[in-house]
Amino acid sequence: MDFKTGVFYFLATILVLSSLRVITARNPVHAALFLVLAFFSAGGIWMLLQAEFLAIVLVMVYVGAVMVLFLFVVMMLDVNLERLRQGFWSYLPLGATIGLLMTLEMALVLAGSYFGPDSMPDPGAPVAGFNNTKELGRLLFTDYVYPFELASVILLVAIIAAVVLTKRPRKDSKAQNAREQIGVRRNDRLRIVSMPSEKE
Amino acid sequence: MGPLQFFESLPILFGPVWPLVWTLLKILGIILPLLLCVAYLTFWERKVIGWMQVRIGPNRVGPWGLLQPIADGLKLVLKEIIVPTKASKGLYFVGPAMAFATALAAWAVVPFSEGYVLANVNAGVLYLLAMTSIGIYGVIISGWASNSKYSFYGAMRSAAQMVSYEIAMGFALVCVLMVSASLNLTDIVHGQAKGRFADMGLGLLSWNWLPLLPMFLVYLISGIAETNRAPFDVVEGESEIVAGHMVEYSGMAFAMFFLGEYSNMILVSVMTSIFFLGGWLSPVGFLPDSFVWLAGKACFILFLFLWFRATFPRYRYDQIMRLGWKVFVPLCMVWLLFIGVWMMSPLNIWK
Repeated sequence: MDFKTGVFYFLATILVLSSLRVITARNPVHAALFLVLAFFSAGGIWMLLQAEFLAIVLVMVYVGAVMVLFLFVVMMLDVNLERLRQGFWSYLPLGATIGLLMTLEMALVLAGSYFGPDSMPDPGAPVAGFNNTKELGRLLFTDYVYPFELASVILLVAIIAAVVLTKRPRKDSKAQNAREQIGVRRNDRLRIVSMPSEKE
Repeated sequence: MGPLQFFESLPILFGPVWPLVWTLLKILGIILPLLLCVAYLTFWERKVIGWMQVRIGPNRVGPWGLLQPIADGLKLVLKEIIVPTKASKGLYFVGPAMAFATALAAWAVVPFSEGYVLANVNAGVLYLLAMTSIGIYGVIISGWASNSKYSFYGAMRSAAQMVSYEIAMGFALVCVLMVSASLNLTDIVHGQAKGRFADMGLGLLSWNWLPLLPMFLVYLISGIAETNRAPFDVVEGESEIVAGHMVEYSGMAFAMFFLGEYSNMILVSVMTSIFFLGGWLSPVGFLPDSFVWLAGKACFILFLFLWFRATFPRYRYDQIMRLGWKVFVPLCMVWLLFIGVWMMSPLNIWK
């Protein structure tokens, strides 16, 4: 077993264990932190596959941004586990069916001959000066430019939709308009009254 | 046996593990000077702010007070670490470790001079962004694990602030990437070495800060916000939430946050120098390029950090959010478009 294989098994063990802890941890904050660890280990495995761009982007986007906001929300929620456990048995059949279907789909894809190591030949040692990021960028903006643009438009629609759906003008909002505050002139706030001193 | 022979015999002595030992030595060679810089940055900060406020600053320990940071460090090491009874024990210690570790990990891709870099990777800028965005976990975890309202408020504020300013920072860097066409930090510095002004011997004017002036300012200000320094230090606003996420920490655990914050400050200064001020390049043609230039530029930006702290009052929280989202992000988008059009036009200066 060479060094690389050792690293792979090390990362894979952490990945599997932390993924298990995500669904078994009782504390939701701990579960979210284990998910962070899982993402990080997955990034390490991608790095081993010489997909350094994807690995770093995984860490940057999921660990650095998505999970931060996730934790933000989970930490502020008062999660009542007793209430969550209610109705476990009534939801079980539906949940089990969905889980089973997902497992079946994954098995079909992963066990198929088109997903084995034979169907995806080793790209071989990269030539000197090969730049993963550049190649990816070239593909995205030439061969796959329409799907790429389409995906970005869908994301934009989702962002705007989320804002529009949740934005409610509040009457009790005490938000201050910084522009108005900065734009204030002396005459708006202060009135100089000429009061000649009285003479006896 | 002379010292040279001794060093030459080292690889043979360690045999196959020599690359590992050599890398560890290089890491130590970065971390030890960095910690020394952090120590004296705190000293320098107290001195500079003292002078600005017509005080003397620390002057008791050692000549001119020069041993003050050593004494401070010793004090922090010897102090007891108190763990709050209801704190989440494991995470309480993971917090400071993460804050410090990520601050150090980012230094792996920083080039100090031509060829002097621990890992000269292709995606250096991305690695740097990833590492700085992980740094926030130290704050969030410690704020939550301390089981204190003040800590938690600090953590929440920090999370919101860092996520907001990371976007502006990222956009500013996208402009740098566009003009240098590389994610490699060494190549970004090389890209600034050529141009009309550089050929005239005025390298100073061919660096990125001039064509990307708004981005330079956005990056610098976002860097200050990202390191939670004044005037953006609502995370540890004393008058409101005491010391934010660090409230419950004492001794070395507190010192870890402190070391992390100051090494992040140095990192942001070095990064600004590399991205916008030409890294180790000499500003004028008749002087050679060297590490001294990078150090000088970084020191200047560090001085700006201290200067701002002594000058500006703290931002109100909604003003911070407004600056990040409503001023910087639109400005970055406009400049991104402008740079794109400029590069496509015949006036392109980055060929």
